[in-house]
Amino acid sequence: MKISFVLNGKKRTADVQPDMRVVDLLREHLHLTGTKEGCGSGECGACTILVDGESRLSCLMLAAQLEGKRITTIEGLSKGKRLHPVQEAFVESGAVQCGFCTPGMVMTAVDMLSRNPDPSRDEIREGISGNLCRCTGYQKIVDAIEAAAKDKSR
Amino acid sequence: MKREKQIPFRIGEATPRCDARTKVTGQERYAADYYGDHFFWAGVKRAGIPHGKLIKVHTEDAKKLKGVVAVLTSEDVPGSNRVGIIRGDQPVLADKKICYAGDPLALVIAENKETLQTALALITFDHEPLPGVFDVEEALRKDAPLVHEDSPGGNLLRLVSVETGKGASAFDECDVIVEGVFETPFQEHAYLETEAGWAYLDDSGQLVVVTATQTPFRDRNEMAPALGIDVEKIRVIVPYLGGAFGGKDGITIQCLLGLSALHTGGVPVKMWWGREESFLASVKRLSARMRYRLGVKRDGTFHALECRAYFDTGAYAGLGETVMTLGLEHAGSAYRIPNVSIKGSCVYTNNAVGGPFRGFGVTQVTAAMERIVDMAAQKLSVDPLAIRRVNAVERGDKNCIGVTLTHSTGIKKCLAALSDHPLWREREGWKMKAGQFKKRGVGIACMAHAMGYPAVVPDFANAKIEFTGEGRFRIYAGIVDMGQGNASTYAHIAGALLGQEASAFELIQPDTERTLPSGSSSASRTTYVYGNALVIAVEDLKKKILDKALRLFSTAQAEELMLVPGGIRHRKDKKKVSLKEVAGLFDESERFYTAYFRSPAATEMLDRIYLGPHIIFSYGAHLAYVEIDTLTGCIEVTGYLAVTDAGNVINPQAYEQQIQGGIAQGIGFALSEDYKAANGHADTNSLATYIIPTAMDVPDMLSVAADNAEETGPFGMKGIGEISISGPVPAIANAVADACGIRIGRNPITAENIFRALWEQNDQERPR
Repeated sequence: MKISFVLNGKKRTADVQPDMRVVDLLREHLHLTGTKEGCGSGECGACTILVDGESRLSCLMLAAQLEGKRITTIEGLSKGKRLHPVQEAFVESGAVQCGFCTPGMVMTAVDMLSRNPDPSRDEIREGISGNLCRCTGYQKIVDAIEAAAKDKSR
Repeated sequence: MKREKQIPFRIGEATPRCDARTKVTGQERYAADYYGDHFFWAGVKRAGIPHGKLIKVHTEDAKKLKGVVAVLTSEDVPGSNRVGIIRGDQPVLADKKICYAGDPLALVIAENKETLQTALALITFDHEPLPGVFDVEEALRKDAPLVHEDSPGGNLLRLVSVETGKGASAFDECDVIVEGVFETPFQEHAYLETEAGWAYLDDSGQLVVVTATQTPFRDRNEMAPALGIDVEKIRVIVPYLGGAFGGKDGITIQCLLGLSALHTGGVPVKMWWGREESFLASVKRLSARMRYRLGVKRDGTFHALECRAYFDTGAYAGLGETVMTLGLEHAGSAYRIPNVSIKGSCVYTNNAVGGPFRGFGVTQVTAAMERIVDMAAQKLSVDPLAIRRVNAVERGDKNCIGVTLTHSTGIKKCLAALSDHPLWREREGWKMKAGQFKKRGVGIACMAHAMGYPAVVPDFANAKIEFTGEGRFRIYAGIVDMGQGNASTYAHIAGALLGQEASAFELIQPDTERTLPSGSSSASRTTYVYGNALVIAVEDLKKKILDKALRLFSTAQAEELMLVPGGIRHRKDKKKVSLKEVAGLFDESERFYTAYFRSPAATEMLDRIYLGPHIIFSYGAHLAYVEIDTLTGCIEVTGYLAVTDAGNVINPQAYEQQIQGGIAQGIGFALSEDYKAANGHADTNSLATYIIPTAMDVPDMLSVAADNAEETGPFGMKGIGEISISGPVPAIANAVADACGIRIGRNPITAENIFRALWEQNDQERPR
């Protein structure tokens, strides 16, 4: 089946199988491998993308559900060489170790800050609690999101 | 918050990692991220039963399926079909026996993922079930079923004993004796990137394997005999790993991938385990049962220690016996104990396969030792910090296996910093403020962790750096970066010596053809050993650059020149030339600088313990605040302090990353992680049933670096990768005991366990 959607600001069409997952469309067919898969069952959050601005797990969505939607993946977040403030904060705060959870974590943070521009540390922790990270102990991720929020509000 | 441009790396300055930008933009390509124009998928049929005689694997139906390229069994393995770095007891594809549920029976190569899954489901096998053995002590009984009939020790893989002083007879001289049985479960690494990679035969017939491994050079040596290929015909390439923590230390998918690539006519083949398969077939931290007895004099000095430990290596040896041995070497934690009797049995069972996990055996024994220390303090009515300060080792003391500590030994500094910290000083006030139905407690624990390999295993690295024609620097890292940031620290070290900033460096990740053998990414060794080698190579290169540059200046004294970002400047007249200009003076043959470094190792008492003792240790003292809800048993870690002696700090940001990450994994081990394989079946085979901490389960952690230079380390550093994971289990368990007087000997300490213990406590207090 043919679907049309906007991917990282560009109109796209794709011919997809009815049972194709979004994460496979992105990674295998569009070669956008920034979106990671860590469990395939909605537990780890590594595959998080934005669909119409809201965070969604691309391993639990069928490609057909993208019809008419606006999709942002990690590759579409930075403007050319300029990083998104959340990405910049992740780099500067040391929130990245192995980096496999990072794209999903960043997308979740972007969504969270769009709804709550000035979150407390507890709110940040709750906001990212659907994204697992095994390296960092989360502290520097919380630091980064806090810094990005401050950076934005300036 | 953005750093000024053109600031060279400085030792001791918090600096963002070189790999952060490509990772945060999704550009970094991991082993799982390969999708060529034309490639096949490979997958494995696994046993699903814990123990049995394998009679026949039926592959006919799968072979007939359209889109199936090949279905392979043990008969198709051209070499020895055995891996295992010490014992070589693990088949690439099972041939005679099934020793645990994750054993691979057949390998399918298919044109796409869907066909692969269908084909795997069509494979069946005939077997004769055998009774399994799932408990370490039961496995040692005479009538226990044998996991490996040809194992010389039966189910006992290795027995290690150490006696010092008067051994256990010294308990007669003790005023107070405390004892306990402690257990730690299997722990899953749960790296976000499950086992992945791709492989192909190149035009010259060389087998190229791109995969996530901590041990590229060792893997090549294991793959060659197992698959019957000349080692020179195998090339292993390792991108940045999506986490490993010991779980990718050795063969996981390498042989399966390599075998697949031999049957695709040159078409690349990809394998990527799902999470469920990763839980089933990856190695686990060895579970342990430890019987401890500590004898103390009235003045609080430790006099005698007895440790009887049983480590479960599961179905195959892997590195299990070395994991246990390192644990036993640390059985007495960071204390002086003149008389010890330590005995450990590493045992085969039909459980999951045991293997390395950050902490490598030390995490298990520290969980036991640091709790029995608290029990001794309680019995003597002394402060748990005071008893630790009395017994903590200093340089020149002997550790618990009787080896003299000749290198930096900073546990006393750690304890001093902990005792001065507000979290320790203000603990009683904090505990008093517990709300209704809440109880608060504070616990501490010490830990030591050896760096590098044991004495008889040469621990070396070969650094390689290139001065490119563009005047930039290319570092060829032969040690994998599994996420800990060692590669970035190599740029940090070289940058500090060469006066350059991050953009001057390119980091080449391990590739057996381009980088030099430097051992595994493990044992808290990567920055120490490769860093030391790199310092030598960079110093040589720097001298050469300054010598060559003299041609561009009106001086004959290299000392008058200095390296600045992107160039060389005369110290007095400020004349500057670019590094690109200097690079133009280098002949192609002069661009590469290599250096070898071998870590110092024990030269005495090599027979004291299997593979010999270690001599360089990092130390830590941890403190945990916990709050318990007495109505539900729910436990929350509300505060955490880690004081660490890992020598000088090169990059405080990267240092904190290691401390915080290790603590979080330790908190998971303490409170929720419990890999259950009852009767050999993986019951916790997803991240919904095996619970690792989320952001809501870990508090903000405070890290203090005890300033304690290790003279042999690059810029005075020593290993930081593992030390912090061993603190949380005992510190939290001690805090729970402090809060409500209950001692739970097995982690994880769950709400259910606490609730039950509180119930029993109340029950005993009620009049009958």
